[in-house]
Amino acid sequence: MSRLTTALAGHRVVICAGAGGVGKTTVSAALALGLAAQGHRVALITIDPARRLAEALGLDSLGNRPQRVDTASLDGTESEVRGELFAMMLDAKRTFDELIELLAPDATTRDQILANPIYQHLSTAVAGSQDYTAMAKLFELDHSGDYDVIVLDTPPSRHAIDFLQAPDRLIAFLEGRALAAFLRPTGHVARVAGLGFTALRRITGMGLMEDLTALFQLLAGLLEGFRRRARDVHTLLTAGTSSFLIVTSPEAAAVDEAIFFGAELDRAGMHRAGVIANRVHPLDQRGADKATATRLTAAFGDRLAAKVMSTHDDVQRLAHRDQAAIERLRSALGDEPVCLADRVADVHDLETLVEVESELFGRTSARPRQARAA
Amino acid sequence: MILDGKRLLIVAGKGGVGRSTVAAALGLAGARRGLETIVVETAGRGDVARALGGRPGERLAEVELQPRLHHVAIARRPALEEYLQQQVPTPLPAAVLARSRAFELFVDAAPGMSDLLTIGKVWELGQRPRRRRGALAYDLIILDGPASGQLLGLLDAPRTFASIARIGPVAHQANAIDEMIRNPSTVGLIAVATPEQMAVSETLELRTTLTERFGLGIDALVVNRVFASRFSAADRRALAAAPDDPAIRDARWYDGRVRAQRTHVARLRRCLPGVPRRTLPFLFTPQFEPHDIEQLAGILAGTG
Repeated sequence: MSRLTTALAGHRVVICAGAGGVGKTTVSAALALGLAAQGHRVALITIDPARRLAEALGLDSLGNRPQRVDTASLDGTESEVRGELFAMMLDAKRTFDELIELLAPDATTRDQILANPIYQHLSTAVAGSQDYTAMAKLFELDHSGDYDVIVLDTPPSRHAIDFLQAPDRLIAFLEGRALAAFLRPTGHVARVAGLGFTALRRITGMGLMEDLTALFQLLAGLLEGFRRRARDVHTLLTAGTSSFLIVTSPEAAAVDEAIFFGAELDRAGMHRAGVIANRVHPLDQRGADKATATRLTAAFGDRLAAKVMSTHDDVQRLAHRDQAAIERLRSALGDEPVCLADRVADVHDLETLVEVESELFGRTSARPRQARAA
Repeated sequence: MILDGKRLLIVAGKGGVGRSTVAAALGLAGARRGLETIVVETAGRGDVARALGGRPGERLAEVELQPRLHHVAIARRPALEEYLQQQVPTPLPAAVLARSRAFELFVDAAPGMSDLLTIGKVWELGQRPRRRRGALAYDLIILDGPASGQLLGLLDAPRTFASIARIGPVAHQANAIDEMIRNPSTVGLIAVATPEQMAVSETLELRTTLTERFGLGIDALVVNRVFASRFSAADRRALAAAPDDPAIRDARWYDGRVRAQRTHVARLRRCLPGVPRRTLPFLFTPQFEPHDIEQLAGILAGTG
């Protein structure tokens, strides 16, 4: 059994997190595919404005519900999906609306919230609404009991930590004494808040303040529901059956981010299943080697041999950087990274996804790390 | 230089394509031409400052990293305090108001307020004279923007805000900022893409959204991390027939990457006809050093 299979055994929720642009979407899709191949019923949630996953999975559009992915083309291969693979692309606005519908005490409150201009912008435009709704969707799918495993690809963001903080930010936003003072000021607080309110009104103009006050009053009725939901999500994320997979590229900024995020997960009492180092260049263990140059010159002549050698030198420079990055990840996170080779072209069909999947689960290594004699 | 004559260059692109590197190189190219240039970072990672061999300043400090090349990182709270100090006649000291829980909630809640503060600060950097007394007036502002989706939110913030606030000082100012963003004679949008399927798709989507929602387009394209072709067709055949060896594998991998990139560059060229384009090479350096940025700046300036 591969290291990753062992690390993920018994897990119902796997969250792929990391800096932007490291290949999270591909890794989470390959992971979901691999788990489905092992016989599980898997749902993959991706949050992806560029529709990358849709391309990779051959789906034209993904609704806000998991849809069955057609994996018939893999039947009879090593990656035949013995379970079932479902995938969905998160629609943040729709998920937020559904949550309001679920938590609103009555139809009038629900309709007033959904029609409030501030709410309409809040549920789409505000950074963090994707993070929050991703968690809400994760909870919903887990709660439904329809799937053995749910794989979540986290929203694009420079900082992976934004995702973890999303529920707390929303609750902090919805509750708090200051908010109460804002809405129903009394005593000393009223005097200061009243001045603040006057200042705000003067700055912002009336329309905005009225809409905002109305929204807060409406949401006050849902606050307990939001709090409960945040607690439920926290319970789900810290459960023994949930874990995080940290995805990174070997670039310094991404590695910094991965190490920071790993420490934050530990602090939050959340489980790490491992770290994936994506886009790694295989190291030639022989190092600089005169014999290779001689052999290449004999085979190719001076001109081509020189080009091959200088290209090899360039790629090995990256390989050495990558080894240093892997070493840094290993010592900081105490985990042996699972390495995925830097591919010639990026993944946009099921067949290429299978290659990543088999590398991820250690069935093949796209390019053997250990050099064989030519 | 790419997009000569513009005062604000917005650097856009998917996560991980090298926006900060391109912003740093553009900044250097501007400064070398004698323009007082400032590179503005919005994500608070300080990538640009480090790429140029400096450190990001604290609290909206405009730091001169090299002659005529300045840098500022915009963080929300200092931007809010500065905004209140300068813009708003209130009965409370600005710092007290900015620190009040109610106001913080307000900034979190009001749609686009946080984005508005960021883009508002960019606008303020371009004012002549500056609102902050003694502050330097810049000839060229380079915005190292967030990834595509969030960038659109940032550009949309003034209009969103103006439409919700309707009247009042903020709405008034939001309208002024919105006008600045949409002025094609002073603002240029530079899309950065790597020659990869997903990065190209996102660039084309960005173009569509910019046109539909803002009436803007992509003014210039920077294709980043391009592998130069090294092997001929005959070389390729020889490599394919050669016995397995790590050096051969690296050469094949390199050549495969060259050819994969070529199809993506062709797609960009086909879908963005007439858009000025600069190609930056992939640098086989473990860590970007200031002289690497200089090389890229030379190419963007048209002298490299």
